[in-house]
Amino acid sequence: MKVYPLQKYLRSGILPHFYCAGCGTGQVLNFFVRAADELKLDFDKIVGIGGVGCTARIPVFMNVEALHGIHGRTLPWAMGIKLHNPELKVVIFAGDGDAASIGGNHLIHACRRNLDVTMIVVNNLTFGMTGGQVAPTTPKFVVSTTTPYGNPEQPFDLCKVAIAAGATFVSRWNTSRATQAIRAIKKALQHKGFSLVEIICQCPTQFGRSAIGSGDPIKLLDWIEECSITMEEASKLPEQEVSNKFVLGNFVEKEEPVFEGSSVYRNMEEQ
Amino acid sequence: MSEKNRRVLTGTHFMLGNYAVVEGALAAGCDFYAGYPITPANEISERMAERMPEVGGKFLQGEDELCSVYAITGASLAGAKAMTATASAGYNYMQEGIEYAVAGEIPCVIVDVQRCRGENFATQADVMQARWGAAGDHEMIVLAPSSVQELFDHTVRAFNLAEKYRTPVVVLSETTIALMREKLVIPEPGALEIFNRKTPDQPPGKFVPFKAGPDGVPPLPRFGEGYRILHSINPHDEWGGIQWDPDVFENLYDRILGKISKHRDDIVQTEGYFLDDAKIVLIAYGSESRPALGAVREARANGIKAGLLKLVTVWPVPDKEIRVAAEKAETVMAVEMNVGRYAYEIERLCCGACRVVRVTKNRGLVHTTKEVYQAIEEVIR
Repeated sequence: MKVYPLQKYLRSGILPHFYCAGCGTGQVLNFFVRAADELKLDFDKIVGIGGVGCTARIPVFMNVEALHGIHGRTLPWAMGIKLHNPELKVVIFAGDGDAASIGGNHLIHACRRNLDVTMIVVNNLTFGMTGGQVAPTTPKFVVSTTTPYGNPEQPFDLCKVAIAAGATFVSRWNTSRATQAIRAIKKALQHKGFSLVEIICQCPTQFGRSAIGSGDPIKLLDWIEECSITMEEASKLPEQEVSNKFVLGNFVEKEEPVFEGSSVYRNMEEQ
Repeated sequence: MSEKNRRVLTGTHFMLGNYAVVEGALAAGCDFYAGYPITPANEISERMAERMPEVGGKFLQGEDELCSVYAITGASLAGAKAMTATASAGYNYMQEGIEYAVAGEIPCVIVDVQRCRGENFATQADVMQARWGAAGDHEMIVLAPSSVQELFDHTVRAFNLAEKYRTPVVVLSETTIALMREKLVIPEPGALEIFNRKTPDQPPGKFVPFKAGPDGVPPLPRFGEGYRILHSINPHDEWGGIQWDPDVFENLYDRILGKISKHRDDIVQTEGYFLDDAKIVLIAYGSESRPALGAVREARANGIKAGLLKLVTVWPVPDKEIRVAAEKAETVMAVEMNVGRYAYEIERLCCGACRVVRVTKNRGLVHTTKEVYQAIEEVIR
């Protein structure tokens, strides 16, 4: 019997996954194992961390050391793990709720500290698992189960926040640009320091139906593509034309010292 | 090796209570600490910031208490002996992480230096939160030191119990003792009993990560050894797989709660003073056991048959010891520094056996010996 070559990276008996038909979260799991396979990562040394929600289940499927089940605290876990054993490869899978809403403060400080971990944010623009409530990432005027008259709030730009807070690798793609997304994840995994890859992802069940009036995943993918623009294209347009777009690209890639703890021994007399 | 770089500072000291916690943690093998500034626990973080790098451990000043409590659980799964410290208001935030550490069976130590709401006066008002603060069914191990020496001793024991039972353990400190300087004797490293978590005796693939022997405590490998375990707070089977099955859920929590309740005799410690013929038994914990003992001594000097049951472990509740005291006594006096919290437990356990009198003080000050003695006099009047 032929076995899908990347299935060895998943826990035995874990499939089928529990995602809705047409959901993009499984694609991101696929992107990650492809990137890890191409880099020949040692899966014994990977710690996969998920919070709560659809994205948080990604490390549950992966055959790695995994943490799951607390909303928004992925980065504090990662901080403890990475500080105690820097040889471990810590990869966080966070939804936009985990990363931008409940865990937003942790994100700012992980960026500032340049904690040497990779955070992959699957941004489906909604709270999917709980039933399609408005998220900090939901575009303005979009209807959700808690914004029945349209979202009055300005959405949160995760990449801009990460860049401002000092993240040393920041990238954003969407699920229909698989090649670029996989390439960005590979770069992030090879990067020394805090790396953030945000992937705009279709949630036909909870976002598509209320936001664009259709649960058809193709229509939602087309809508996300229409709203997407590369950073090169964006640089040629006036700012107000870009403000409601998903700007895609590898925004930042730089080397800085990584976090080794809040108190690092130095002999003060030798200074 | 210089005096400074030693892990165990063997010798006789005149030390601040908060510092004694740090030295107890180090003596127990603590190599990861995370904390967020809060009075009156700050001296713990400050000394840890200095001491951790000296002994090759890691210090983290988290961006908040949530960061601190989750960082210690992460570090623990990576193989560290980890601790955080906070005070009442910060302890609120940590309940979330404590629930996770209970359900995920992650050894760690949390120090709560109790303070009055927003102010740094003395209190014991968190005694119920320490037991019931986290969501979901759970058992808690909570130790209540009453002196600087006990802050050291109980911190060592907290690590041992955490490692032994794969559970969070709370050291319920108080402003009174945290900011007090007293004599502290630290023994030779070899003289301290140190317990380290069980590790698997089976290789990856054969090892069943959440299967326990008769003691209910599964071995715990550190991350990176090839075991590839899924640690989820969701109900999980013995392999760690998430299962929505009522039997799986019930069995899991029977085991997790049973780890503590079945080992109650190993965990619970009390001290008895003049109990043999006591007609009036004072029950106290933490710093309140000091004026209580003083009052009992004074009563004895005046021919009053009083005794003290000092609760070293406050949770699990020392039910057998309290019942024995109640059966022999005519009156039990619940002495504590709050509006009467633990008194509910004492009243429940003494119900029908003897009279229970509450001796409470909720004004940011520990009872004086005189006040407790006057309460005894009122009882016999």
